[in-house]
Amino acid sequence: MADYKSLYQEVILDHNKKPRNYGTIEHPSHHAVGHNPLCGDHITVDVVVDEGRINNIAFQGESCAICKASASMMTTSVKGKTREEAETLIQEFLAMATGKLSHENCPHIGRLAVFAGVSDLPTRVKCAILPWHTLNGAFNAVASTSTEAEEDPMHAPIGDA
Amino acid sequence: MSANQTTQKIRSTSAFDVERIRADFPILKLKVNDKPLVYLDNAASSQMPQQVIDRLVYYQTKQHANIHRGVHYLSEVATSEFEEARRKLQRFINANEDREVIFTSGTTEAINLVMHGYGRKFIGAGDEIILTTLEHHANIVPWQMLAEEKGAKIRVVPINDAGELLIDEYEKLFNDRTKFVGVTHVSNALGSINPIKEMIAFAHARGVPVLVDGAQAAPHTKIDVQDLNCDFYAFSGHKLCGPTGIGILYGRAELLESMQPFKGGGDMILSVTFEKTTYNTIPHKFEAGTPPISAAIGLGAAVDYLSAIGMDAIAAHELDLLKYATGQISSIAGVRVMGTAEHKAAVLSFAVDGVHPHDIGTLLNQEGIAVRTGHHCAQPVMQRLHVPATSRASFAFYNTMDEVDALIAGIRTVQKIFT
Repeated sequence: MADYKSLYQEVILDHNKKPRNYGTIEHPSHHAVGHNPLCGDHITVDVVVDEGRINNIAFQGESCAICKASASMMTTSVKGKTREEAETLIQEFLAMATGKLSHENCPHIGRLAVFAGVSDLPTRVKCAILPWHTLNGAFNAVASTSTEAEEDPMHAPIGDA
Repeated sequence: MSANQTTQKIRSTSAFDVERIRADFPILKLKVNDKPLVYLDNAASSQMPQQVIDRLVYYQTKQHANIHRGVHYLSEVATSEFEEARRKLQRFINANEDREVIFTSGTTEAINLVMHGYGRKFIGAGDEIILTTLEHHANIVPWQMLAEEKGAKIRVVPINDAGELLIDEYEKLFNDRTKFVGVTHVSNALGSINPIKEMIAFAHARGVPVLVDGAQAAPHTKIDVQDLNCDFYAFSGHKLCGPTGIGILYGRAELLESMQPFKGGGDMILSVTFEKTTYNTIPHKFEAGTPPISAAIGLGAAVDYLSAIGMDAIAAHELDLLKYATGQISSIAGVRVMGTAEHKAAVLSFAVDGVHPHDIGTLLNQEGIAVRTGHHCAQPVMQRLHVPATSRASFAFYNTMDEVDALIAGIRTVQKIFT
């Protein structure tokens, strides 16, 4: 079991308190709503992709600190990147958060490694991955995604997580 | 700490030998994250004393066979112990007859049994079912399924800001289409104790039967179904120190007899041919298939254990815990208690400003403290209070004032991390 200090550390608490890119974008090229029905968390993600590059991104919603910090750090991490680079990062983040890959084996993860400890807290994995799940939904024109939807390609059952 | 709270703490520990009781519960000696376990999630499931564990082992070691079938020694022993467990439950709730106690897998199955057995037979298009805002999903969803199937309508009793049912509104909901009332005895999310005796009398005066969801009440207060005069009363074994997978439905005999079976199969029949099947008498009519025999016997041992301590003593100790905890938690700036009903069971739902309940739950867990966070399977209550979720500490008779202090210290730690 990870010490909570490895999860609730300064950078996560800071992004929770002062989330970056918080709000909505008027004419996004991609948009999705993410929902975790088990805890009621929901967030929206708006993205502007221009010539394959993420020019702007914003999120908004009600959620726990883990989810909000994850969303905030996601927006700062993918802004300015190409869609392909962002999709690679989504896959690495999901693999790390669900414990399939250690953060050392995620070459692009960088400071997002602060979320590695969540893989030891099965009930909190979904909090961390909801924003990434939602960004993936936006890219793939899935207007509403849920951490519980069976048909969702990103669905990660608790036992797996 | 005020003088008043200090007095409460001392009085309670002297009146009730909680340390001797705790010695019966091996799991309470656990350490979680290197801290002594502080188990405050009793409304979700309570822990099991050694006496019940021993009873399960004894049954499985010396008494197990299938019941109501064989003529051999073990089958007779198992049958007799199973039926003795039924009589223990009958006495526990003061039912008039043992055949009024049906073993189910828990409260949820008991309510579904009434929906299928009574509702599908006696509730039709245009009829109305009264439920309350305080219901657990288990006493909402089955009735929605019935309403959809039959074209019936659900009416909902509202609550005030304290989490108390508005009884005037309840009474106004009755009309000549009202066919059924489902009400929880104690709210699992807020702890409110509902005035069910009065509500039942009002419904009966209009010829309407009442089902009481007793899942949160049975572990904490003496239940007398004849005094309440309820038609159905349901609760789960695992919330009162018994095993999971077992619970009971109490039903008045003439109502149970008028109902259709819920599940078909062995044990619920008298004779079967492909032309005609004759159903067994109650309670067997509702107990198709091999029941969880050991769990039923374990539940019998659990109610023996609780009765030996005394439900009144249990209720008094829990009320002391609730008063002390409520006083302490209310003294922390930035913490709000949800559910301030005048009559409350030992459930403390709270919110900490600026901290999501799930973060509270994870951080308290790091201190070895188990609380529930979320919507508590009572989303209508959360919607009414305009919160997505709460943190909930729920106490049992084996909890101590020191554990309340640990909870309060834990909440202060959470606040410190988030400032």
